[in-house]
Amino acid sequence: MSDFSTWDILRNLLLAARWTVVLSLVSFIGGGLLGTLLLFMRIGKVSAARAFARYYVELFQGTPLLMQLFLAFFGLGLFGVDVPAWLAAGLALVCWSAAFLMEIWRGCVDAVAKGQWEASASLGMGYLQQMRHIILPQAIRIAVPPTVGFSVQVVKGTALTSIIGFVELSKAGTIVTNATFQPFTVYGFVALIYFALCWPLSKSAQVLERKLNVAHRNH
Amino acid sequence: MSLIEITEVRKAFGDNEVLKGINLDVQPGEVIAIIGKSGSGKSTLLRCINGLETINAGSIAVAGAQLLPDELHLRALRLKVGMIFQQFNLFPHLTVGGNVMVSQTVVKKTGKAEAETMARKMLDRVGLGHKFDAYPDELSGGQQQRVAIARALAMEPIALLCDEITSALDPELVQEVLAVVRELAAEGMTLIMVTHEMKFARDVCSRVVFMHQGRVHEIGPPEEVFSNPQTAELKQFLGML
Repeated sequence: MSDFSTWDILRNLLLAARWTVVLSLVSFIGGGLLGTLLLFMRIGKVSAARAFARYYVELFQGTPLLMQLFLAFFGLGLFGVDVPAWLAAGLALVCWSAAFLMEIWRGCVDAVAKGQWEASASLGMGYLQQMRHIILPQAIRIAVPPTVGFSVQVVKGTALTSIIGFVELSKAGTIVTNATFQPFTVYGFVALIYFALCWPLSKSAQVLERKLNVAHRNH
Repeated sequence: MSLIEITEVRKAFGDNEVLKGINLDVQPGEVIAIIGKSGSGKSTLLRCINGLETINAGSIAVAGAQLLPDELHLRALRLKVGMIFQQFNLFPHLTVGGNVMVSQTVVKKTGKAEAETMARKMLDRVGLGHKFDAYPDELSGGQQQRVAIARALAMEPIALLCDEITSALDPELVQEVLAVVRELAAEGMTLIMVTHEMKFARDVCSRVVFMHQGRVHEIGPPEEVFSNPQTAELKQFLGML
């Protein structure tokens, strides 16, 4: 049996961590785009679109991410579609992030004071003009800290995709453990790498919160 | 011809009828003060004139155009009638100048240079030309309210609705705002204001409307309404009982 140096372990984990980063980015950006679309449906004036967005969120917030991954992976397989693990993982995480981001952002739009709607309406602005020039610029400012904070959840959420066989950091940890029989060292490194990814994000969310609150203090 | 014609206007929130058939005609250049206890429907009436609340019955016409609840008519109406709020409602993400310019460039599609000229003119008019680049949260309440007035004026409305515009101000800041309103009145602007400033109403207004339980209870020139109230309710309101 060959020996594994600490560097061997770490190197393999770091290589796999690239996929955690890629999957996180895809989920967050894809979820952001889909979430934006859903947000406009949710706060728009078409009642069918509003209902769709509401049920969408309830569905994805009301079921575990793990179930969503299973359904994407095995469910589509039932229809004869051969879904590779990376596609199922990406798809499920995008849909899941979209639901949460939409809900966060809807709260931010709601948080803009009612008087802002009334004042802009009384100046003759239409709905889209109010949104674009008055409401969204303020909502985005409120949305930055919780959105960055949520990105931490996305990074950690990618760990679940190891169960459907996508080789990212957690899955790599399992594989390396099986080869080295050093679970404590391996998972210790896995945890450290996750921490190194997540901590800067949560820290920057804190900093942003403090910064943007200052610009927003009398409101 | 009346500038604003309010005819048999009714408004209910659920089962609670707040306006029970209001009639009021406002002539161009008139300054109307609406007084009354809280809950008498003063603010609701004002908000109905600007279409912020939809009326259940009756009609409101401004300069001959009917108030209809679709966006096209509402926007046309709001270009004629400006509104100033108790809580100022300045846009906190824009500078003072930006606040006064945004509706011109967005709604009227005025060019930026022209909008800025207008904004500076209106800010000078309320004595705040030097605050052009400041943000609203750097101003006092009185200054914020004067910016709100400049913002409304920049749209060149034919009438202004003022909803308790000094009620959120510290006492020492009330006068600077009233001075601006007084000047507007002197220049012939049509004003309808809900106010608790009785002295101001007496000095400046052409007519005073006393509202009670959703109706116009008494109406007349200020000297009559204040010195010779006809009903027990108004006497009580003025503290004469």
